[in-house]
Amino acid sequence: MAIEPRKPPSQFIPKLQRTLGGRAGWSGFALQLLFVAALAWISYEIVANARANLQAQRITAGFGFLANNAGFDVSQSLIPYSGSDPYTRVFFVGLLNTLLVSVIGIFFATLIGFIVALGRLSPNWLLSRVSGGYVELIRNLPVLFQILFWYLAVLAALPNPRQSISVFDSFFLSNRGLVIPKPIGTPGFEPFVAALLLAVIVAIALWRYARRQLFDSGKVIKVWPYALGLVIGLPLLSALIFGLPVTFEVPVLKGFNFAGGSRVIPEFVALTLALSTYTAAFIAEIVRAGILSVHRGQMEAGSSLGLQRGSVLRLIVIPQAMRVILPPLTNQYLNLTKNSSLAVAIGYPDLVSVFAGTTLSQTGQAIEIIGITMGVYLLISLVTSAIMSFYGWRINRSMG
Amino acid sequence: MKRVSLVVTLALAAGLTAQAASAQTLKTVKDRGQLSCGVSQGLPGFSTPDDKGNWTGLDVDICRAIAAAIFNDASKIKFVPLSAKDRFTALQSGEIDVLSRNTTWTLSRDTSLGANFTGVTYYDGQGFLVKKSLKVNSALELNSASVCVQTGTTTEQNLADYFKGNNMKYEVIAFGTADETIKAYESGRCDVFTSDVSQLYAERLKLANAADHVVLPEVISKEPLGPMVRHGDDQWFDIVKWTLYAMVGAEELGVNQKNVEEMAKSDKPELKRAMGTDGNLGEQLGLTKDWIIRIVKAVGNYGESFERNVGSGSKLGIARGLNQLWSKGGIQYAPPIR
Repeated sequence: MAIEPRKPPSQFIPKLQRTLGGRAGWSGFALQLLFVAALAWISYEIVANARANLQAQRITAGFGFLANNAGFDVSQSLIPYSGSDPYTRVFFVGLLNTLLVSVIGIFFATLIGFIVALGRLSPNWLLSRVSGGYVELIRNLPVLFQILFWYLAVLAALPNPRQSISVFDSFFLSNRGLVIPKPIGTPGFEPFVAALLLAVIVAIALWRYARRQLFDSGKVIKVWPYALGLVIGLPLLSALIFGLPVTFEVPVLKGFNFAGGSRVIPEFVALTLALSTYTAAFIAEIVRAGILSVHRGQMEAGSSLGLQRGSVLRLIVIPQAMRVILPPLTNQYLNLTKNSSLAVAIGYPDLVSVFAGTTLSQTGQAIEIIGITMGVYLLISLVTSAIMSFYGWRINRSMG
Repeated sequence: MKRVSLVVTLALAAGLTAQAASAQTLKTVKDRGQLSCGVSQGLPGFSTPDDKGNWTGLDVDICRAIAAAIFNDASKIKFVPLSAKDRFTALQSGEIDVLSRNTTWTLSRDTSLGANFTGVTYYDGQGFLVKKSLKVNSALELNSASVCVQTGTTTEQNLADYFKGNNMKYEVIAFGTADETIKAYESGRCDVFTSDVSQLYAERLKLANAADHVVLPEVISKEPLGPMVRHGDDQWFDIVKWTLYAMVGAEELGVNQKNVEEMAKSDKPELKRAMGTDGNLGEQLGLTKDWIIRIVKAVGNYGESFERNVGSGSKLGIARGLNQLWSKGGIQYAPPIR
């Protein structure tokens, strides 16, 4: 066996390290200091310049405008809002609408993504081709186009309110959205909720007990019939004793639109649908890659223990795959949240539309408003990735 | 400019730095060889590109007139199409020299945006467009309606005020551009499309069957539309302001595209002053003596521009109304050119 002479290690990396001050004492330190100073000077110049020019042009600066009346209305708001509220309220209305679309979008994107990934890995030829086709079709079309497709081609094709599709004369689907009866609490509401909570807690306790039994003595106890009985039975009992927990306000067609009831606006539906199906295509590939990264032997070992395919996936493969899946999955969650700012194209009142849009053009406070909006998106993204990191840390810990 | 530095061009404030506070807009425009003019993204009658890509419209004519006065060439313009919500930022940042984009003159816009209105090119008001099949005859019958509106406009606030003032409920859906708004209205998402009346007539032309839609008689607001320039350059402010007055003044004097050459030879003192054969009014503005001749040759007087773009000579067919000269029952009026 020929022995090749060892090349001397390249000096490039250590040199670079020294220049940046890694282990090189004073000169490196001085360079770093210079770099920080330059950065600080640049930031100062930017701020001072902007301020000087704003003053010269007599553009009002500062955040005082936030207390002024907004004077415009918004089509969907999770908190009470009217035109006479200040711009701060508009900000929260927009923020909550953004968060609503993001959270629901992330939920459905994850669900669809996992289903499609498992479908694509399935031995069933048809299922795996359909899933593969879904991924290729959806991820290769621009997301704005998909949003417009759902909004202008699908949802706009629904009939007008007077010819709306109705179910039991209480659910109405039209091009104004889905109108459903609105639950209104009655005196029986609180006992009902208490009963439901109690049932859920007892069911969880039961499940944990069964799990302990399984791990300690290998006994398999079927708990789900009891749990189901509890969760349905207890609230039912409460309803029988204390009366119905809610009555429903049924929507009625009045003038141009439905009065009463709750409404899901089509803008929200179109945006959520488009974002979750789009992101799901990417998530499906991430999940597939994660599952494939788990060694085949793991699956075979699981099978030879007598576990069924589903259990092998759930108990052995997915937990290990999650380590690979999590970081890119977090990226997709962040993408979905940021893509929700495309809402303005279909008139969904998200943060960018009502705050960085209407508020900005009414007040002209571009620097302040864009600054706030950027800060908010940054915060949402950091919080999302912190949650995901925490989850990843727990998975790693549980696997030792 | 107070500070000069290289790095700022990288930053958020970059735009604000570039031209801010410089009282040199005329010089900048001359050096550039082009006027940068902010217009709409396509509003028939006011600013819209034709099939050859030439911009036409009443708002466009203001810019053409300014370019004609400066360069004696109405084509030396770069048109920058802007959405309602981007327009002020583009002006503040110096991307455009003048904003001529059906913009309503209000007190807060005049004071807090770092920009000034220079006059009124078109006296407008907000109205409602509905489908004829709804059989609505008055805006007061619009209780519970869904209303489509373009975001970033005074329209949104007028709408809120009107429905609140009349104790009516409504649902508002606000879109980023005029095209998205009219598309949503056409798809049936809204019962009503609201905007300035002139814009309603213009947008109605984009609908598949324009005759099925009607503009309701109520006009719920005052919308004086006019050009805007940045604070801090009074000479430029004067040029833009007096370009409009030159067009109105030319109509008052009976000077039009056809007779402008003859009128330039006239002996009438007021014509001699306006045409620059007597005095140096144009030079006082920083322009040339024959500035009005250049303007009228390029775009005609105010009345000609109006009729060609939005009036009887156009598809819109809007009557002069308030935009008639003061001497003929309207309120268009130019201070004396002397």
